[in-house]
Amino acid sequence: MTTTPALDVVELTKTYASGVQALKGVSLRVEPGDFFALLGPNGAGKSTLIGILSSLVNPSGGDVHVFGVSVREQRSQAMALLGLVPQEINLNPFEKPLDICINQAGFYGITRAAAMPRAERYLRQLQLWDKAHQTVRSLSGGMKRRLMIARAMMSEPRLLVLDEPTAGVDIEIRRSMWKFISAINRAGTTVILTTHYLEEAEQLCRNIAIIDRGSIIEHSSMKRLLAKLDVETLVLDLAEPAEPVATRLPEIAGIALHAVDALTLEAAVPRGHDLNSLFAALTQAGIVVRSLRNKSNRLEELFVRLVDNGKGAA
Amino acid sequence: MNAAGQWIAFATVARREVARILRIWTQTLLPSAITMTLYFVIFGTLIGSRIGEIVPGVGYIDYIVPGLIMMAVVTNSYGNISSSFFSAKFGHYVEEMLASPMPGWVLLSGYVAGAVLRGFMVAIIVLGISLLFTRIQMHHPWVTLSTILLTSIVFALAGFINALYAKKFDDVALVPTFMLTPLTYLGGVFYSVDMLGSPWRQISHANPILYMVDAFRYGLLDISDIGLGYAYAVMLGFAITLTLVALHLLRRGVGLRS
Repeated sequence: MTTTPALDVVELTKTYASGVQALKGVSLRVEPGDFFALLGPNGAGKSTLIGILSSLVNPSGGDVHVFGVSVREQRSQAMALLGLVPQEINLNPFEKPLDICINQAGFYGITRAAAMPRAERYLRQLQLWDKAHQTVRSLSGGMKRRLMIARAMMSEPRLLVLDEPTAGVDIEIRRSMWKFISAINRAGTTVILTTHYLEEAEQLCRNIAIIDRGSIIEHSSMKRLLAKLDVETLVLDLAEPAEPVATRLPEIAGIALHAVDALTLEAAVPRGHDLNSLFAALTQAGIVVRSLRNKSNRLEELFVRLVDNGKGAA
Repeated sequence: MNAAGQWIAFATVARREVARILRIWTQTLLPSAITMTLYFVIFGTLIGSRIGEIVPGVGYIDYIVPGLIMMAVVTNSYGNISSSFFSAKFGHYVEEMLASPMPGWVLLSGYVAGAVLRGFMVAIIVLGISLLFTRIQMHHPWVTLSTILLTSIVFALAGFINALYAKKFDDVALVPTFMLTPLTYLGGVFYSVDMLGSPWRQISHANPILYMVDAFRYGLLDISDIGLGYAYAVMLGFAITLTLVALHLLRRGVGLRS
């Protein structure tokens, strides 16, 4: 038996009046209950895709179904299932968080009596209850971002779309936001996330799609994608050398080693290759390693590689 | 969204509009009170007393009261919706409504209701101020009320369409300055169109505000230059046409959805 996908994007195209082709036949499927990452460089088409599925952008071709309901044909029913946290802050600066949440519920046909306890619950969970009666313009950037999440949750959507929700938010607030969203996801809400913090996507998301220049270039599970990473780049921080390291770098079978500066080496190590030979060769060459770290997280490395390959192919 | 949900959504939009009107009352309600007081003092008391009667048995200040009330209704219902909806567009918080299940006609109704309520609020304020200068007896209450209602609906719809097309605040200010103000002044607020010679009298009949002022004057003072049937036909015609245009533009997403 096949389940109805939470999101089914079918051959979606979008060409703006300026002639820019933002989406070139995108197809995508997100299963119910998933925590899904939609990644891509700036200008790849992510926001256009999110704009279409939240009915803020008219598609040129194709369709989007939210839990089987067509956004083009049954916009109202589809929107009742979806909550949106947009990339840009879109709050009325003169309204108060409590009013914003209650009004949002009203736009979904939810009574004020039902909305009030819901608003209090989400504002408390997102640590905004003490600001409930202050105007939005007096809130910090992080508070506004959390308020947009509370607002999106007022209709208790089955599909929550978060477009770079943690942009410009400090690490502590970001972690509390992810804790909240993870709990929402565990409770059954399907979450689609776009972010430039790839370590977040790697930790939180089970499935992933990468979009570049209007086309999906990768669409698989996070595990399967990370398994494609055949080479990891390690950064070695060195002790103060007696003589320049660049002149005495050892040759190591299977590992590409190069000096970044006098105190740093980078080693490209194939997946499954042991590190013993690397350290043995460095020790023999009199190079002392103080610490070792990944150059970037695994998803970031893959992401850059996939996008760079796409540029090469273009 | 079922009918009960649509009603809640409509009431939410309308309530938010009224909250905005009351929150910034110094910008929404007070200016009309001050401007109209000045009109009553200058044109009604100081100049009006020397003009005498335009229509037999009706003093000049009494004659201009309906016109001044309508002038306030026209500018406020138009200004309310054009500035409020354009601000929502400009600040992108209109997306709260556009990405919700609320149908376009509910959104439009909510905004129009807010503008109509502001129209009634300023009408009551200006009528109250006029009572400080003269005594007005309402002859036809239903005509009076229905004329305010239809006029504010027509100009609310026009303001909404203006806000849909507007790309910057200047675009919202252009229409009131270059269209509404001249049409209002030439719409028989301060004079009877019967005083005009040909062809100006005929040209004046192309001005919809003339019919609204005339119907309202009939409701308050029982005097009319045109006839009630024509006035209602014009007001209803504009209200229906502008509703259809606004709904069509909303359906197509003009000015809202790229």
